[in-house]
Amino acid sequence: MIENTVPMEKPKVVEPTLFELSSPGRSGVTFPQPDVPVASLPKSLLRKELPLPELAEVDVIRHYMHLSKFNYSVDGGFYPLGSCTMKYNPKINEDIARLPGFAFTHPLQPIESVQGNMALLYTMQEWLKEISGFKAVTLQPSAGAQGELTGVLIMRAYHQSRGDTKRIKMLIPDSAHGTNPASSGMIGLQIVQIPSDKHGNVDLAALKAECDDTVVGLMLTNPNTLGLFDEHLEEVVKTIHACGGLVYGDGANLNALLGVLRPGDAGIDLMHFNLHKTFSTPHGGGGPGSGPVGVTASLADFLPAPIVDIVDEGDDDIPPLYGFINPPKTIGRVKSFHGHFGVILRAFTYIAMHGPEGLRQISEYAVLNANYLLARLRSTYNVPYDRICMHEFVAEGMVEGSDVRALDIAKRLMDYDFHPPTNYFPMIVHEALMIEPTETENKDTLDAFAEALIKIAAEAKTNPELLHEAPHKTPFGRMDEVKAARELVLCCWLPEDYASS
Amino acid sequence: MTYIPHSPKERDAMLATIGVKNLEDLFKDIPAKHRFPDLDLPPALTEMEAAAELAGYADANETTQSFVSFLGAGAYNHYIPAAIDHILRRGEFYTAYTPYQPEISQGTLQAIFEYQSMMTLLTGMEVSNASHYDGATAVAEAANMAYAQFRGKRTRMVISPTVNPQYRETLRTYTQGMGLTLAGDDTRANLDGGPETIEKLIDENTALVIVQYPDYFGRIYDYTRLADAVHAAGALFCVTANPTALAILKTPGEMGADIVVGEGQPLGIPLSFGGPYLGFFTTQKKYIHKMAGRLVGETVDNRGQRAFVLTLTAREQHIKRERATSNICSNQGLLALASAVYLSLLGQTGFRQVAELCYHKAHYAAEQISKLKGYHLCFDTPFFHEFSVCCPKPVAEINAHLLEHGILGGYDLGQDYPALKDHMLIAVTEMNTREEIDLLVEILEEVSHD
Amino acid sequence: MNIPANLKYSKTDEWFDPTTGAMGLTDYAQEQLSDIVFVEILLSVGETVKDGQPAASVESVKAAAETYTAVSGKVSEINEALADSPEILNSDPFGAGWMVKIEGGDASGLMDADKYEKYCAERSH
Repeated sequence: MIENTVPMEKPKVVEPTLFELSSPGRSGVTFPQPDVPVASLPKSLLRKELPLPELAEVDVIRHYMHLSKFNYSVDGGFYPLGSCTMKYNPKINEDIARLPGFAFTHPLQPIESVQGNMALLYTMQEWLKEISGFKAVTLQPSAGAQGELTGVLIMRAYHQSRGDTKRIKMLIPDSAHGTNPASSGMIGLQIVQIPSDKHGNVDLAALKAECDDTVVGLMLTNPNTLGLFDEHLEEVVKTIHACGGLVYGDGANLNALLGVLRPGDAGIDLMHFNLHKTFSTPHGGGGPGSGPVGVTASLADFLPAPIVDIVDEGDDDIPPLYGFINPPKTIGRVKSFHGHFGVILRAFTYIAMHGPEGLRQISEYAVLNANYLLARLRSTYNVPYDRICMHEFVAEGMVEGSDVRALDIAKRLMDYDFHPPTNYFPMIVHEALMIEPTETENKDTLDAFAEALIKIAAEAKTNPELLHEAPHKTPFGRMDEVKAARELVLCCWLPEDYASS
Repeated sequence: MTYIPHSPKERDAMLATIGVKNLEDLFKDIPAKHRFPDLDLPPALTEMEAAAELAGYADANETTQSFVSFLGAGAYNHYIPAAIDHILRRGEFYTAYTPYQPEISQGTLQAIFEYQSMMTLLTGMEVSNASHYDGATAVAEAANMAYAQFRGKRTRMVISPTVNPQYRETLRTYTQGMGLTLAGDDTRANLDGGPETIEKLIDENTALVIVQYPDYFGRIYDYTRLADAVHAAGALFCVTANPTALAILKTPGEMGADIVVGEGQPLGIPLSFGGPYLGFFTTQKKYIHKMAGRLVGETVDNRGQRAFVLTLTAREQHIKRERATSNICSNQGLLALASAVYLSLLGQTGFRQVAELCYHKAHYAAEQISKLKGYHLCFDTPFFHEFSVCCPKPVAEINAHLLEHGILGGYDLGQDYPALKDHMLIAVTEMNTREEIDLLVEILEEVSHD
Repeated sequence: MNIPANLKYSKTDEWFDPTTGAMGLTDYAQEQLSDIVFVEILLSVGETVKDGQPAASVESVKAAAETYTAVSGKVSEINEALADSPEILNSDPFGAGWMVKIEGGDASGLMDADKYEKYCAERSH
């Protein structure tokens, strides 16, 4: 290690940690004294100390209130993160998820006592089937990535159940999200990357060259991460099916297809939904998500256990009884209990409020907004695959005659009070800026964003340093990421003798 | 209704800028025969109608509020202080994305950093990631990590049959393509042998040994000796722990665990019919590069301010792709926040108080029930807030009777363990009053006479 | 960019020293990766390796890469210092940043410094 000869100045603390705010003896909540005889604790099995921070309720509230002000959010402004579908999160959804009738149900209650939940889960399965054109749906997966894992396990189980055991290759386009190869890699499959052609579609010739009887399938994001609908979708699907493979649809970009195309109709065999993207459930600063999976009839038997079904039809006087059933060739369970119920509730409310026409409008206006921004920006920023896009598009974050990079442009956008687009993804576009406005933004916001980006392009030529050093107006500036990774401080500093004080 | 803000005039102006006549023109790449399908879904509801409709579903459920609950088995009915939801409801937290842009995400980043700190304290470990989906998947991620740590060269994992059945099932699902042998995953095995029975299953090919603390039946064992045996074989030792129990019990870190994971739901997260919950994941620093999941570290910004960033991100799938330890992308950000708020509100005094209340009330209940004719406690090992009772009748029958008296009875262990037919797993928390426990005892006695 | 004339180079940006048997990452590669924070050597001493097999896994602040064996042969030594100080790969890639030593390696299939320099130039426009 290189010795530091010059003592570092101590960094300025903007908001102390809970531990720094702590004062021994304070408490935010107290509990009643025991109303039963006190049992003796097993002495040899007890811990010695528990130096958790000690604060009053007001201290806790103010701490988190201060922290919240450092966050950019959808409630606070425009968040055009490509591939993330940062649409507005309706407030009614939050109230519904907190109804005591839902929030206070235990996952292992007798099913007779939770028929409201069961009916809702069953209906949600039916709705997602109808929206996607699949024949069966599991609501269990926790997030998109877990939906993918569920999907690749189903694909593997399907081939194995037919005695088709030599299939080990998963074909994945070069524009795919990292989760696709990671999900396949987790179950021991070999990843074969398929290039994109010059129009941003899957390169058909390259795809055909890889198709043989060792192919498990293709993981296809469509529209892809360039925001383009594959112009040869039917042929891609046909090619994979012809060699005995299955086509997995990555549903990350479903916000372009609601009421526009049902992936199941187009020959996709299975797909995950991202309820936290398409169906407006909030991202929560990183989660929870929810990643249900839809499959064709021939894959239904492999779904994770359990799924919800009608176990007793009932009659005119008795309502149907819903219960859990295990699909006969199930891959097993992928998590505890029945999925992210609280997230499913929000998405259910959202679908109920949109109906068939409303769902189609979501996608129509998401695509309208993306194309409008594309039209306003294409003369300022190069768009390498420039055709009518779907819900997002990818521009190059470079300005002729300037050394600024996508990163600089992204950071400078913060000074105009916008969240930057996704950058440096997909990797097939140099200095990528991936822009997804979503349908919930109005024309004024889009105009202001386009004007900011146009102004930044001008700044890049006249004052590139302004961009290299950006952001300037945010509460924090650019981070020393090397220090973070090399010094690895991953826990709060604890005052000396804290525990004994 | 929709949340689309465009006026018709604005829409037309935008179409004109794009250079198309109408919205349909934007969808010419979609195969014509499948374009714009008619969806057979109920017509749209207004917010007022939706609120009423959803309340109808909610009202069709019985709850742990309308009933007295003694149900646990992986999800626990604890008091959730009011302040937590007020913080979670701040749009700045719940409508933010993953903190990939640290300059405008310090709220989330510092909150996760503090969460990581509290989790390492609780478990007695050195590092914590930013969380996994739930306890079950955290166990599966421990297996992924151990597999990566030995680069696939050790192919045996041992899991105690007294680990939550749903966790074991999830582990089986996750590992089915990895070419592993899972030993110990046998519900017909001796369930009363303690850690020694697990010790016998360890060999030189074992990558990981997984136990639960307290175990699925609520029992507390000191795993120090087992940890030594695991390490003697060169393997890693994983403990899945109940976080409430860790308020008073010896930490798995102290016993020698290499990985401590668990279900964080008891830390201020509503039961919500099983999710979303919180999988916590902690380990020793030397394993950090093989750990999956997001990680927040401290740094400084270019203005000399202390700040936080996602660090060591090259471990993760978006960079390392198929060579990453796991495919996990999201974390349970909002739930991790809830648990951190919970722990900071309770502090060490309040949190210990909750754990002790659980312990005392569970022991009172166990003692009263064991006095009943026909009922007895299955095991005499020390337990925390859950215990199994051998009943004179099938558990389903007893529970049906309890339900009539407004009680959600315990979990029917016979569903998962053939040898434990007519055995009920009863959980008691600070939420159960003495009157409620006495009522449970009274009805249990009544059932045995019927 | 530094390209020592006495070393041989692979297409996957490893260098090999035919006199000592040492191999590592080139200056070009470390610059592409930027600040390296983790190195894991995937080989053990005594192991017989074939050229082009994964030798090390390298992670930087922004990227991850795999290093491959430059030649076939027998692994005679591993640079244990890298585990604690991966930044050596950035500061001294051809010296203290050597990764493994391979005995009996045949360097005839590798590029010389001139050829490698052209190869790098082709890729960095």
